[in-house]
Amino acid sequence: MASKYPNLTFKGYRRGNGRVGVRNHVVILPVDDISNAACEAVANNIKGTLALPHAYGRLQFGEDLDLHFRTMIGTGSNPNVAAVIVIGIEPGWTKKIVDGIAETGKPVAGFSIEQNGDLKTIMDASRKAKEFVHYATELQREECAISELWVSTKCGESDTTTGLGSCPTVGNMYDKLLPEGIYGCFGETSEITGAEHIAKARAINPEVGERWYKMWKAYQDEVIEANKVDDLSESQPTKGNIEGGLTTIEEKALGNLEKIGRTSRYIDILEPAEAPKSGAGLYFMDSSSAAAECVTLMAAGGYVVHTFPTGQGNVIGNPIVPVIKITANPRTVRTMGEHVDVDVSGILRREMTIDDAGDALIDMIVRTANGRNTAAEALGHREFVMTKLYRSA
Amino acid sequence: MQIPHLLVHDHKDNVGVVVVENLKAGTNMLCVVTHDNSSFELVAKADVPIGHKVALKDLKAGDTAIKYGEDIGKFVAGVAMGGHVHVHNLKTKRW
Repeated sequence: MASKYPNLTFKGYRRGNGRVGVRNHVVILPVDDISNAACEAVANNIKGTLALPHAYGRLQFGEDLDLHFRTMIGTGSNPNVAAVIVIGIEPGWTKKIVDGIAETGKPVAGFSIEQNGDLKTIMDASRKAKEFVHYATELQREECAISELWVSTKCGESDTTTGLGSCPTVGNMYDKLLPEGIYGCFGETSEITGAEHIAKARAINPEVGERWYKMWKAYQDEVIEANKVDDLSESQPTKGNIEGGLTTIEEKALGNLEKIGRTSRYIDILEPAEAPKSGAGLYFMDSSSAAAECVTLMAAGGYVVHTFPTGQGNVIGNPIVPVIKITANPRTVRTMGEHVDVDVSGILRREMTIDDAGDALIDMIVRTANGRNTAAEALGHREFVMTKLYRSA
Repeated sequence: MQIPHLLVHDHKDNVGVVVVENLKAGTNMLCVVTHDNSSFELVAKADVPIGHKVALKDLKAGDTAIKYGEDIGKFVAGVAMGGHVHVHNLKTKRW
């Protein structure tokens, strides 16, 4: 079948490393929890900047520390970010993050608080942030092929309508746009439980499928089996999922996996917050199924638009990546429609096909990439949540 | 096409999903199998909220629930055809 999308384009910001962003943020990034106050003060001083306060960055070690740096550097490196101010309590780890972001070629500057105090740090960082705002606001969007768009997905507050409507809508979009050369990403390791045989078989080849299965099994054995006190009901599936009619993790997983469509196959597996290195195609990111954690990790991996199917109405957003909400649940459309970007409830009424819904999502992805604010952006949802692997030292 | 009350993913399934609000016991439901848009009718035996499941046949404790043509757990209590299927009679086989 000939592609319906051969000349699809969007208008984005091309960065120094060639990647294309769809937003143009000047980010004030704390290295650690105790630098949040200074970052928020800078963002208050200089309009058009965005502080990303978070809870961690002290006394982490090993794989957990690696993930912290990867998330910080990845967030600053995301093409939706034009320039970055990094503030940490001391200069060493601050510089490590500055150097990592600088590899993208974008403007980045680091400031540290010890031997300066908050007030001098805020003043110095504010002056640099103002320069960065002038720089960023003169950048212009340019027309880019759809193949330059990186689109991630993760669903939340799922119910039975997500497996019937909104997840297959995302899957249809991937089936149409992955052949056009986009990068895709799905994840939620725990939430494939019950559909792992299907997920394993959707790898590009058996070697990748085996690696996927090993990764999935490690989470089962090392985290769930090691820590569970019951069957996880009300946690996975969540209380909200159960309210929406989902009964078991198997049922939830089968609905979740509808997000990769009918023909798409994943080509590689990413560590949390890891950027893809195997070229265009679909990736699985080893990640939590908690919405804010998962979207934060995918944003740090370099994805610039997120598609988010929801049933009961998860209101999550992300500070740097537009999160497009899709729902098929007519009650959610009726009671909390201000959170919905793409209403596919017609699928349940058999008025809309999955193919129609996929096209409606593609249209919304392009409009969002071109600058339309999502519902989550308009409502101020900026959940930025770091994933923590274990207790700090 | 008339708006269905219940959607079923696959012909192998023994449960379907209510897709309308305020479904009342006694409703003669129009049920559509999304796989091929074929349809059948079934009487609801309970008031079942939107998104919740209905048994497509009589099922007993120990039976496997099938949805998407796949195993989604085990029945821990019996449920009659047209009855409400949820956490009170269906549990995960995992964890």
